[in-house]
Formats: sequence, C-alpha cells, structure tokens
Amino acid sequence: MFKIRGTRALAVVVAAVSVTALTACGAKTGDSGTSTTAGAVVDTSGPTVKVGLLNSLSGTMAISEVTVRDSLKLAIDEINASGGVLGKQIEPVSEDGASDWPTFAEKAQKLISQDKVAAVFGCWTSASRKAVKPVFEKNKALLFYPVQYEGLEESPYIFYTGATTNQQIVPALDYLKAQGKTSLYLVGSDYVFPRTANKIIKAYATANGMKVLGEDYAPLGSTEFSTIVNKVKASGASAVFNTLNGDSNVAFFKEYKSAGLTAAAMPVVSVSIAEEEVKSIGTQYLADQLTAWNYYQTTAGAANDKFVKAYKAKYGADKPTSDPMEAAYTSVYLWKAMVEKAGSFDVEKVKAAADAGGITYAAPEGLVTVDGPSQHVYKTARIGKIGPDGLIKEVWSSGQPIKPDPYLKDYSWATGLA
Amino acid sequence: MTAVASPPVAPPIKPSRKRTGWKTAAGFASGAVALFALAPAALDDFRLGLLAKYLCLAIIAVGIGLAWGRGGMLTLGQGVFFGLGGYAMAMHLKLADAGAGNLPDFMQLYGQLDALPWWWRPFANPVFALVATVALPMLVALLLGQLIFRRRVRGAYFAILSQALAAAMAIFLVGQQGTTGGTNGLTDIQGFFGYDLNDPVNRKMIYFIIAGALLLMLAVAWQLMRSRYGELLVAVRDAEERVRFLGYDPANVKLVAYVVAAGMAGLAGALFVPAVGIISPALVGVVPSIEFVVGVAVGGRASLIGPALGAVAVAWARTALSERVPSAWTYFEGLLFILPIVFLPGGLASLPRLLRKARK
Amino acid sequence: MTLVLSQLFTGISIGAVLLLIALGLSLTFGQMNVINMAHGEFIMAGAYTVYVLQQVITSAGASLIVALPIAFAVAGAMGVLLEFLLIRRLYGRPLDTLLVTWGVALILQQAARDIFGAPNVQTRAPDLLTGSIHLPGGLVIASSRVFILVLALTAVAALTLVLKTTSLGRRIRAVVQNRDLAAVSGLATGRVDRLTFFIGSGLAGIAGVALTLIGPIGPAMGTNIIVNAFLVVVVGGIGQLKGTVIVAFALGILQSMVEYTTTVSVASVIVFIVIVAFLQWRPQGLFTLRTRSLA
Repeated sequence: MFKIRGTRALAVVVAAVSVTALTACGAKTGDSGTSTTAGAVVDTSGPTVKVGLLNSLSGTMAISEVTVRDSLKLAIDEINASGGVLGKQIEPVSEDGASDWPTFAEKAQKLISQDKVAAVFGCWTSASRKAVKPVFEKNKALLFYPVQYEGLEESPYIFYTGATTNQQIVPALDYLKAQGKTSLYLVGSDYVFPRTANKIIKAYATANGMKVLGEDYAPLGSTEFSTIVNKVKASGASAVFNTLNGDSNVAFFKEYKSAGLTAAAMPVVSVSIAEEEVKSIGTQYLADQLTAWNYYQTTAGAANDKFVKAYKAKYGADKPTSDPMEAAYTSVYLWKAMVEKAGSFDVEKVKAAADAGGITYAAPEGLVTVDGPSQHVYKTARIGKIGPDGLIKEVWSSGQPIKPDPYLKDYSWATGLA
Repeated sequence: MTAVASPPVAPPIKPSRKRTGWKTAAGFASGAVALFALAPAALDDFRLGLLAKYLCLAIIAVGIGLAWGRGGMLTLGQGVFFGLGGYAMAMHLKLADAGAGNLPDFMQLYGQLDALPWWWRPFANPVFALVATVALPMLVALLLGQLIFRRRVRGAYFAILSQALAAAMAIFLVGQQGTTGGTNGLTDIQGFFGYDLNDPVNRKMIYFIIAGALLLMLAVAWQLMRSRYGELLVAVRDAEERVRFLGYDPANVKLVAYVVAAGMAGLAGALFVPAVGIISPALVGVVPSIEFVVGVAVGGRASLIGPALGAVAVAWARTALSERVPSAWTYFEGLLFILPIVFLPGGLASLPRLLRKARK
Repeated sequence: MTLVLSQLFTGISIGAVLLLIALGLSLTFGQMNVINMAHGEFIMAGAYTVYVLQQVITSAGASLIVALPIAFAVAGAMGVLLEFLLIRRLYGRPLDTLLVTWGVALILQQAARDIFGAPNVQTRAPDLLTGSIHLPGGLVIASSRVFILVLALTAVAALTLVLKTTSLGRRIRAVVQNRDLAAVSGLATGRVDRLTFFIGSGLAGIAGVALTLIGPIGPAMGTNIIVNAFLVVVVGGIGQLKGTVIVAFALGILQSMVEYTTTVSVASVIVFIVIVAFLQWRPQGLFTLRTRSLA
C-alpha cells in the first residue's frame, strides 16, 4: 500500500546496535545468579544520622500525609533537643511520594541507596506500602509504617505502628454487637483496605449472627454518593460500617444527612475519619457518629497532654492531633528505643533488638510495646463519638493494649481468610 | 465551525533525502553510544534504573509524536495501552514467580479464588505474554480506532473520548481487585524470564534492553515518517478533506499511526514492569496519560527525536526538582504545559531552526 | 415503586450537577472551540469563595446567597484573565488549548493547596438545605438536591434568555455559527469571545457554590468531576444548549440506574461504552449546527 523507502545506513546502525545490546546482555547475565544483594549500608560516619521521611506532599493523599510528616518532624526535633540517638543528631531527609505508588518505590530506593538512611518513616495507603515493600526487603532496610491497615502482612523489614484489624475493626464490631446492632451495611472506597476489612466483617457477622445487608465501593476520590446512600437507606440496616477514604467521606456524610438518616437511627462507624477529617467534613454532618481508633486528641494522660501541646505550639493552635499522627510520632521514639537497645544503627542489629522483645514507649495513647515476632505494636482499641466541637470523645475502650494478630490466627471465625 | 488551521509545528518535508539519511544514521549512532556506553559508565545503579524508567516514557513519547505531532490526533489515553502492555507482562511475571499451578500472592490474599481466572491462563505461556504485550494494545487500538475514525470523530472530540477511555479503564482495573490487584496493581515482581530482578547485573540488562527498544522504535518512527505514508499522515493532519478528495481514506491513514502508537505504548509498559517492578491503575488513568504528552510538547511533537528527548528531560526534571522542593514541581509542571506550547509550539527541536532564522 | 421513583430523582439530581458543571463548558467549547481544562478549578474557586465569605458572614444562608454573584464574578474574572493571557494566542489550535489549560489547572490546584492548605475546608450549609423533603407516597428527596436542580434550571433559563433576546446573545450566536462572517460584518469577535468566556467561567463559579452543599471543598475537587462534564458537552453536541441539558439528565439517570443494580466501577465502564456507541450513531453529538463547512 505505502511504499517505504529504506536506507542501508539506518539498517546498518540498527543492526549494529542490536548486536551490541545482545552481546552486552549475554556477557552480563552469564555471571548472574550467584551474586547476592548486600544489605543497606547506614551512613554513620558523620556527627548526624539520616532518616528518611516518605510522605505524599502533593497529589490527592497530601491531605492526610502532610500531617504525618509534621508529627514525624516534631518527634525528631524533640529527640534532637534531648541529645539525639546514641549521641548523634537525627537529620531528616524528606521525600515526596506524590500520591503515586511507583514514585514511592523510586523515592524509597533513593533514600536507601543515595542518602543511606538508618530508617524510613512514612507511607499511608496500602498501595504505597505494597509498592515499597519489595524495595525495603531487597535492600534490607527498615520502614516504619504508621497507619492502621488491613493486616495479612508481616514483612521482616517493616514495623507496623498503626493498628491491625484485630485492634480496630474487630473491637468496633464487638462494640456494635454489644449495642444490639444486628445488621450492617458496608460502604468503602475501592481499594485494598476496605475490601479486606469487609471480608473480615462478613466473616465476623456470619459467626456472630449479624447480617450484612449490602456492600458498596466507590472509586477513590468519588464524590457522588446519592445512589449508594439510597441503597443504604432502602436496606434498613441497623448500622453502617464505613471504610471510605478522604474526599469521599465529605460527600457521603453530606448525602447521608440530606437523606434524613441520623446517628440515632442508623449510626455510622468510620475507621478512616480522624480529627483532621472531622474538621474538613463539618460537625454539622457528623455529630454523634462513631469512629474506631487507638488514639484521640482527648485521650487522657500526661504523655498526650505533652504531645498535643508541643504539636500545637509548633504548627498552630487550630491544628488537631489524630491517630496516624500519633502513631507516626510514636514510631520515631520506638526506633530510638530499638537503636539504643541494640547500641547500633545497623539494621540487622536494630531488628534483632526489637525481635527479642521488650521495646516499650510511654506514647500519647498509653504504653505501647513492640511485639517481636510480628513487628506490630500492642495497642488499646477505642471507640469514639464525634462531638459538636469537632473533637472525638471516647465512649468505649478495650481497657488494655491488645496483642497484634495481623493474620487473625486467634479468631476461630477468621480461618480461611488469610 | 470554521476550518481548523494547523499549527506551524512540522518542519517542511525536505527534498534531499540522501543527505538527511546519513545525518540521521549518524544521530542514531551517537545516540547508541550515549545510551550503551556513556550512561552506564557515568551513572550508578540507582540513577541508571531511573534512566531505564525515563526511557520507557520516551518510547511512549515516540508513539505520541507520531500520532499527535504527525497525525494531529492528540491521544490522552495512551495510559490505556501502556497499562495493557504492562499488565500483560506483569501477569506473566507474577505467574512465573508463583510457579506452575500456584496462584499469585495477591489472589490468595484478596481474591479468595480456587483457580486462576480463565483470562489469566494464557499468560502463563511466555511467548503468548510477550506477543500480547504489543499485540493486545494494538488490537484494542484497532477496534477503537475503527469505531472512532470511521465516524470522523476527531480533534477535540477524539482527545476527550480518549481521556474518558483512560478514566474508565483505571476505574475498571481498580474495581476488579481479586483478579487485577485493584489499586495496588501488580507489585513485588521478582524475576524476569528466569533472571532475578534483585540482581544489579540483571537490572543493567533490563536497561540495555530498554535502550535498544527505544532506538528500534525511533527507527520505526523514522521509517514511517519519511515514507510516502508519512507524507500522507501529515497531509491528513493539515487538510483531511483534501486527502479524502484525492481518493485516500483518511480513517485508514490515521488508524495506522494510532495503532503503531498504541503498540509502542504497550511495549513501553511491558518494559516498565521489570524496570520498576510495579504496574498499577495509577499509571493508566487520566493524569498519567496527559503527563505522557507534556514531554512530547516540550521536546517538539513533530520531530523524530524531540518527543523522546523531551520525555526524558521532563521525567528527569521531575525527579531532580521533587527531591529538592516538592511543592514547586507542580508549578513547574504547569508551566511546562503552558510555556512551550504557547511560545514554542515546535518544541525544543525547533530551536536550532528558529535560531538560524533569527541569525539571518 | 417508591424505590424506582427515588432512584429516578437521584438520577435527575446527578444530572443537575452534571448540567451545572457542563453548562459553562458548553458555552466556551461551543462558542470558541476552546477546551478549558481549568474549568474544574474555576468551580473550585467558586467553592472557596463560599469558604472565604463564611469567615466574614456568619449566617450560613446569607453567605450562600451572597456567594452566588461573587463566585460568578470571581470565576468569571479568572476566565477573562485566562482568555486574555493565553487562550487568545491559541485560537485555531484547540488541542493546544486543552494542554495549556491543563497546565493552568495544575498551577491553580497547587496554589489552592498553598493558600488554603492541603486538607479540605469546611463550609456550613443553612439548615434548610441539609434536610430532606417528604413527598406523598413515602418519597424522600434531599433539599440540597432540589436546590441544585432549581439552580441548574434557572441557569439554563437565564442563559437561554440572554442568548435569544439580548444583543450580546445575538452576537454570540453569530460568532458561533460563522466566526469569519461575523468578523466581516463588523462584530468585534475578540470582545464577544471575552464576554462569552466571562459568562462560561462565571457559571463554573455558580456550580462551585452549589457543590459545597454536597461534596468536599478542596484542591482536588475540580479534577474529579471534569472528565464527565466534558463527555456531556461532546455527546450533547456543540453550539447548542439543549443537547447539553438532555445529555446531562440522560447520563445522570443512566449512571444512577446502572449503579443501583451493579457497582460504581461497572457503571462508569458501561456509561463509557454507551457513549462510544452513541457517537457511532451521531458522531457530532446529539444536536449539531448545520453548516456548509467541511471541518
């Protein structure tokens, strides 16, 4: 059809290039397979030690992750002011994950191989954690992940300082059951955490005589909830379990109230709405709805008073503190405790010190202990009610820290989930 | 509506083919030297890995340059084809990692499936998967292009439609978590046809493969541009109706460029997976698809090398700038969309020509 | 039956939101063949106007009413600025305009992030608009949705009135139908363009005010809605409002019906397929201006 005029010159060059490429590969691959990747090297030569902060500072997730970065910096400043770790000042290197998972992986690699950090703190979404997990495992470097998540994971190079499912979702279900709620409607954003959480909820409901009347997912960032709220309303469920994330919550609760649904008639339990989100949705729409977390700004205790005061002094009196921020703040102190116990910044030694057990820290949420084998943290579950002042008041707590069980091995109804 | 005047972006087709032929060949040779000798020598493993990623974007850019710069079709949905190629490759690699008869890790976690879904099965075959990385996007582009170009949907309509396609595809992938990994995408890819991707030597090999693929795609684009077909494509861009009156079917002419561009995006996606180790809906949707275009605009949409160079330059600037001042990158990216297109529609590739003109 | 009716209303209310967002676009796209990707950010500007006003005016109801004209002016002014600085240079290059305005959108988003902070901000709605209206037959509809529907229809009516009866409207229609002839006849097409852009962008501001009642107010709010709005304009056909109106409601009802029986993600794919199929039937959209032009 179309005549293509070729030139020999180009053909020669292309052929030459392909041959070079192939021979280059052949030679290189010949000696592969035997060499193993060395572990990450922590640069401790100077008077300071670097740590990485990996959060989305731009894009859709910046909403939440900037506050985590801020509280990480607060913890680092406090530690530096009191003499640092093993006599070295901590130097934070902040990188922007830009709400984009491959970027997270790229920046994690950069922090490890270029900055030679001792540990990285950050990530928020499960997707970003899944994207960086192979990077940390491959380089044998440490990540401290500060957000509640869907469980079913134990990476040897990640410390999980947020709640796993048995420290947040299961207690919330226990609470609903105790309140006499017999049927649930599940609403969530379309990603891993809600889908996994809902799988657990359905297993729990089956075993505990509760009914799940419906299950709906909205794409992340979706702000059109009229149909979903219509479905919720028509179902007549006695409570709604909400795993929506970010912007979607605003639209969902506005729609919920407009449809004439109230916290008294059909309460919503949310697991991703903390003080910061309450502020942006508006108490007008949220009054008396329930949340499940491990920490609230109102949590009693001297450690929390100090944390809240320090945070507001640094970032502004109108800035609330929230669970992920507290978990991030705590994670830096836990790392410090591990390093001091190990007497070294070396990743394997730090891990060994933590895995031996006994790493504790008097966190704002109360005393937290690192569970050596799972590298998760013992945490107290707390159900809260959103007040008219935008703060969340605790209405129920587990009383004592719950042992983390990411695979729900100790729950008979959960067999077959993992 | 008045006739849409074409932007003065394409250099006139030069009559003396022989001389430019040798010039281009020399260009290819120096490009090859830079990619195969200089870059690996000058960059450490981490930076070379980044360059591999940039070169993948450059391959997409070559395709966009062909479709948009030469064919006038602004495709804002290249993420779809990139994703098809990437997922095809990642599905095979995940299956290979899992071993025969096993389900990939994420399916066991989230899907609760007893067996592999039927549409995953063929991807266990390496030959099928390799062919599919390029053939699948081309096939989809062929079907879609048939529907769109036959009915003379073009210009802005085509751009918006292709953008909506990207949005729909991303939402759909996210919705099928059990079988596509949902928002997470397919991650944690360990091996590449038997080679361990954790080994730096093998990662270097991936880089060489990508660099070779880029040169090959540039050669393909060059051949297409300088053939009679290339002239016809530019003619369709500038005056579709006249081409029709001359007895050609513009839909066919456009279709070829669109399908080739889709194939290039698919190839880029397939190579991106071993280079970066992840493919996810975040790389498929509206935002990445339009970001693929910015490098092309900066480099010079209608030139051969401009799109590729522009894509690498923009990706490099993104890494460099976001490492230093995170929030500034967004402003900078915004300006990249505005300034070159408004003030330098021919892109960086047109600078030498403009300078020469200015000197006269 | 109640369920079907209430779902039908949901569809209509989704359509009303789409209509409000797409109305301004239909004007600028139809008039000047300019694809303004920053339209979503003009909507954002309208929403932030409410937020800023509420720092001054404490009554939620009053601030909302005051916000409507101010948001129209703010977004309109931004539109004129954009037209004057950039778009003016790009007439005849619609695809380039698309990319340039996307760049403007990025900058406006980041600016909002730097000025108002990355988190969403909160606005208060008057109590009247947070409740619901009970109709006979057990049908309950949200009052905010009714408000948006009324607002959208009012905007359409007002725009139609302007286009059909005023001299500005006549000039706009003349430029839409044949720009060259209009210019030759002595119309200052540049000024008409700028005015059209003012109105089109101003309508985005109005949409922004309405969206504060049902959605989040934050830097990313514009991007989430803009793709669908463009589809409405494309399917509706350019140059005429009635296409936009019909398609907005049709898409809203289709989306809500499919979504009710399947899931959101399946619904969005089905809507896309329906649109491609529709364009097979009418490639230039539902309604088109008949011209002798070939392009």
